[in-house]
Amino acid sequence: MSDAAKDTTEQAKFRAHCREWLEANHPGQPSVHIPQGALELSDPEALAWLQKWQKSAYDAGLVGADYSEDCGGGGRNNCQRIANQEMQRAKTPFFPNIIGLGMAAPTVYFHGQEGVKQELIPKLLSGEEMWCQGFSEPGAGSDLANQQTFAKKDGDNWLINGHKVWTSLAHFADWMILLCRTSKEDKYNGLSYFVVPIKSALGKGVTIRPLIKLTGETGFNEVIFEDLLVEDKYRLDEVGAGWKVAMTTLAHERGAGPLTTPIAGGQVRAQKKGSAIGNAAALIDLAKQSHRNAASSAEDPIIRDQIMQLMIRQEGFRQNQRRVSVKALNEHPMRIPLQHKLVGTELNQDIAQLAYEIEGAVSSLYVNDANAAAGGQWQLAYMNSFGVTIAAGANEVQRNILGERVLGLPKSK
Amino acid sequence: MTQSQNFGFGDEEAMLKEAAAKFFADNCPANATHSLVADNSDIHRPIESKWDKNLWQQIVELGWTSVCVPESAGGIGMPVVAAVAIAEEAGKAAFPSPLLSTFNATFAVRACESDAASKLLEEIAMGTSATLAITNEKGSWEARDSDVTAQDGKLTGTAYFVQDAQKADVLVVSANTDNGIALYRVDSNAEGVQLQADGIIDLTRDQARIHFDTVAAELLTENGTQALQEAYPAILFITAADMVGSGEWLLQTTAEYAQTRVQFDRALGFFQAVKHPLVNVMLEIDAAKSLTYNAACAVDEEPENALRLARMAKSAASDMAVFSSSRAVQFHGGIGFTWECYVHLFFKRQMHNHILYGDGKYQRTKLAEMLIDAAA
Repeated sequence: MSDAAKDTTEQAKFRAHCREWLEANHPGQPSVHIPQGALELSDPEALAWLQKWQKSAYDAGLVGADYSEDCGGGGRNNCQRIANQEMQRAKTPFFPNIIGLGMAAPTVYFHGQEGVKQELIPKLLSGEEMWCQGFSEPGAGSDLANQQTFAKKDGDNWLINGHKVWTSLAHFADWMILLCRTSKEDKYNGLSYFVVPIKSALGKGVTIRPLIKLTGETGFNEVIFEDLLVEDKYRLDEVGAGWKVAMTTLAHERGAGPLTTPIAGGQVRAQKKGSAIGNAAALIDLAKQSHRNAASSAEDPIIRDQIMQLMIRQEGFRQNQRRVSVKALNEHPMRIPLQHKLVGTELNQDIAQLAYEIEGAVSSLYVNDANAAAGGQWQLAYMNSFGVTIAAGANEVQRNILGERVLGLPKSK
Repeated sequence: MTQSQNFGFGDEEAMLKEAAAKFFADNCPANATHSLVADNSDIHRPIESKWDKNLWQQIVELGWTSVCVPESAGGIGMPVVAAVAIAEEAGKAAFPSPLLSTFNATFAVRACESDAASKLLEEIAMGTSATLAITNEKGSWEARDSDVTAQDGKLTGTAYFVQDAQKADVLVVSANTDNGIALYRVDSNAEGVQLQADGIIDLTRDQARIHFDTVAAELLTENGTQALQEAYPAILFITAADMVGSGEWLLQTTAEYAQTRVQFDRALGFFQAVKHPLVNVMLEIDAAKSLTYNAACAVDEEPENALRLARMAKSAASDMAVFSSSRAVQFHGGIGFTWECYVHLFFKRQMHNHILYGDGKYQRTKLAEMLIDAAA
């Protein structure tokens, strides 16, 4: 493997440790049904099984390898990457505390007070305490800085009032990373960032209600704060520095932060890669099995043209990811990276949409009908595709960003 | 077989591309090209081929016309991505010359493997320009279709839609024989060759039908279908590269206009009705460009997939060519609708290239046969 070829001495030793430990301690097949990803967790038993796995990996040093020892980490240099490679190689299950590991941990680590970091990060890394993210609000989606949730100074503490939405995993969370407003004077400099208790404050200032997606699936929640009392030590960085702190969170969310997120999930990744749903080439098989107007969909010239269009777009998307590393073939360094989310999510949406047309009349059947084509997964994929064309900056905002940052067009409001 | 991560596009190719970009920016700016090729807007103007032979001579001396001629024949012998890089930069300048035609002829001749072919490659390396005369009256892009017949080494009939016919020194002609299609070499000034120029829309090139009346010709290969099929991927992505370059000029020029032109007290680019489609143009250019370099790399490193990947590139580039040029005219508003605005040079070149060797729908029809029917 080329992965190991460039290892430092420390990394090589750590890799051997990971490999040895995983061989003896792979959790094996789960005893309960595990969903495709952590964000879809709804069964407490599945959560418990995955938490046990995260804890055992943490105890063996495979989670938080690059965090300092006083924060419960391994104190190593650039070794989390090694652990991730080995866990993916061993096709281990994913970690349940995905928001904690990917977003909360680095943010608390870089912006939290001494004492608070040591209090929170170890149980986050071990998965004993689950985390969620409180950024989006009814009035602050794509316009993230338009936060209305307000933290008001109350002696040495803060009182929080407001309404967060699309909060994945809130129903299991012990803690939340919270972006909110401490001043109405200034849009960006009036923001502050806190970590706030969720589970221990239920009924004491925190209410959680599940939101049901248009597919009928659950997965995320709304969280309502009514005079939630938060100690000042749980403020991250200065009052008014919330936007800056949020950028640390978002950089790590996009994989562009200084700390590597612990990622296992080899098992699920392998499933996804082999999965037909979301792959344009899979539409060929679907077309051969489907009928429109009493004829094979694979013989319909318009369907054929559209499948080819999508396969070409998919290949173009793949080749963009290759070209981005060839400096001489890039007009602007951010041009392809900033397209990634926009192009990928619209491609998947269009692939799933074409599946409807290929299936003809059968496309009306859903996952609760035994006669649905491919178990209704294309229909589910189409509806769920809007989650990602909207989330993390709606694609309309992505087009603004590209037009402004790459083409130099004036800022749209 | 898998391709190298960088498309085989290394330091030498990067330097070549940068040099070509600089050369065309210095020597072939849009205003100069416009004065050269668009001096007569009369819709019934005489059919003429206008180009700067001096510039052509300079790029011959730089070796760019023979980047893909093997070293053994006196060429530069670089990977095919080098020709793609030059074609992209030439497209960005809407460069009027037999460059693309010479590249395309080179790929066909390279596949011939005969002494006559080697000799022609040596001549190309010395600066001879060439073009393919391989299309019939109905505009078929299939290697098997030709309206020229060879008998006893003499060609009779007509080749249609011959690109840069007035500029090219040598014609590579496909002709019917008793054993299928063969390829012949004919000098364009040979006796019995009569060139009838087409009145075309694109001002940056010329096109003609060429009549052959028992013209003595030199056989390049008896197996012309196979040679053309081997050359076909390169013909497709060289054309795609030209469209990628022209698309980029249209994008950047239109973005610049949208930054400065003010209406309703705002620069045009402020309005998302302009900004978002312009971003969409960029997305299409980038996909077409990545597919083009991918296909070019395949010729050298993954030949069994080259035709499939080249059809993908041509399809994406053809659709992008229409989109980039239509949006450029539209977003330039009233001025974009005039002859004086340089946009029309690129608009017309894009529309010409978009059809040439098969538009997007044609490529996808062929791809579907390859990917849906063959896989059954």
